Amino acid sequence: MSQVRVLVGTRKGAFVLTSDGKRERWDVAGPHFGGWEIYHVKGSAADPNRLYASQSSGWFGQLIERSNDGGKTWAPVGNKFAYEGEIGTHQWYDGTPHPWEFKRVWHLEPSLTDPDTVYAGVEDAALFRTSDGGQTWQELTGLRGHGSGSRWQPGAGGMCLHTILLDPSDPARMFVAISAAGAFRTDDGGQTWRPITRGLRSEFLPDPTAEIGHCVHRIAMHRSRPNVLFMQKHWDVMRSDDAGDSWREVSGNLPTDFGFAIDVHAHEPETIYVVPIKSDSEHYPPEGKLRVYRSRAGGQEWEALTKGLPQSDCYVNVLREAMAVDGLDSCGVYFGTTGGQVYASADAGDTWAAIVRDLPAVVSVEVQTLP
Amino acid sequence: MIRVVLPAHLRMLAQVSGEVQLEVEGVATQRSLLDALEARYPMLRGTIRDQVTQQRRPFVRFFACEEDLSHESPDALLPDAVANGAEPFLLVGAIAGG
Repeated sequence: MSQVRVLVGTRKGAFVLTSDGKRERWDVAGPHFGGWEIYHVKGSAADPNRLYASQSSGWFGQLIERSNDGGKTWAPVGNKFAYEGEIGTHQWYDGTPHPWEFKRVWHLEPSLTDPDTVYAGVEDAALFRTSDGGQTWQELTGLRGHGSGSRWQPGAGGMCLHTILLDPSDPARMFVAISAAGAFRTDDGGQTWRPITRGLRSEFLPDPTAEIGHCVHRIAMHRSRPNVLFMQKHWDVMRSDDAGDSWREVSGNLPTDFGFAIDVHAHEPETIYVVPIKSDSEHYPPEGKLRVYRSRAGGQEWEALTKGLPQSDCYVNVLREAMAVDGLDSCGVYFGTTGGQVYASADAGDTWAAIVRDLPAVVSVEVQTLP
Repeated sequence: MIRVVLPAHLRMLAQVSGEVQLEVEGVATQRSLLDALEARYPMLRGTIRDQVTQQRRPFVRFFACEEDLSHESPDALLPDAVANGAEPFLLVGAIAGG
């Protein structure tokens, strides 16, 4: 029978939640790396027992941990992330130039075919890659060298490269998103990049339709249709049908189009999920009701999913990395909150239950579907 | 022989308990001490000082002999009592960190 493994990163450690395919009873293992901030844990599609974790702390900086046994045991690997070439400057919060400074790894994206190759999205925004299982990391300088770096600026969470999407049909194509620089695509394996922001509009920019400076919170893709992208922007839920060359808004009837997380159903590429958040200054759900919204039409028309979720006095946030789906039939959907709950739905969002309720604030959720 | 006391998180990372005892080559300075510490425990690289700039991480402090040595030059001699093992060199997480 299939198994599901949920990898949870929190402000004070990592947790591994496992269940059989029914997804009714869960085993909670952890904390791993207790006391450390775990921004992301992700497994390799090529070897599901190979996991990578980003471990950091305000005291002791960045570590990368690797597991070869599905998260039972871990060992630190390389943690030297050195920008290459001229360091350069980006915009500080007040618009003045500020030199790039490495702070932490936000996202680890293992290669689809090689367990030893992993991409890392870091703050201050840059893209790194290892091809030796994490022992050494090299910057893909073409992104920061795109020429627009001096116009990138930090979002409230820092100037982070938080989204890395690998195109399953084209190994040379990759998408990244940076808060607040926007979204970029490479078609040559990371050597050169171009902004993919046409159609985005951000009122906080002097020119709301500028090519650079949009606060993209998350982009999601269904692996069967890599040209179709869904984006939760700071405000606005957006859709592209041409690999990011152009975008149109699909916020439709959402109660608010601010939010962080967005994901796509494992088997229905037009079914997408978001968690609307009231505003950028009120990082909690509107009306104190925690609602996932599902669109079965690829956006625009949304339905609230509430069964099993708190519908009063709920003021948690759901961060950009904290939603994922499994590959079972029916599709499981998972998300974690800053209140320490991890909610799961084994029926594509119709009903929800908390797997665990009292973890530290959840930063990231990833799911592995195991044979 | 120099005695080093690591904070709890770094003891766990290095898989040690209690004090660490190091033989430091040449004169005993913060730099030679940290070089020896990182050579013995490579997983500590980058956690105490930046791997590129070699600067002490801002939320890590160095204490010894009831003095704060955090702002001493990395190449300044350590106190004799540290160099001869009578007193430990303390690596401490700043109270503002975490």
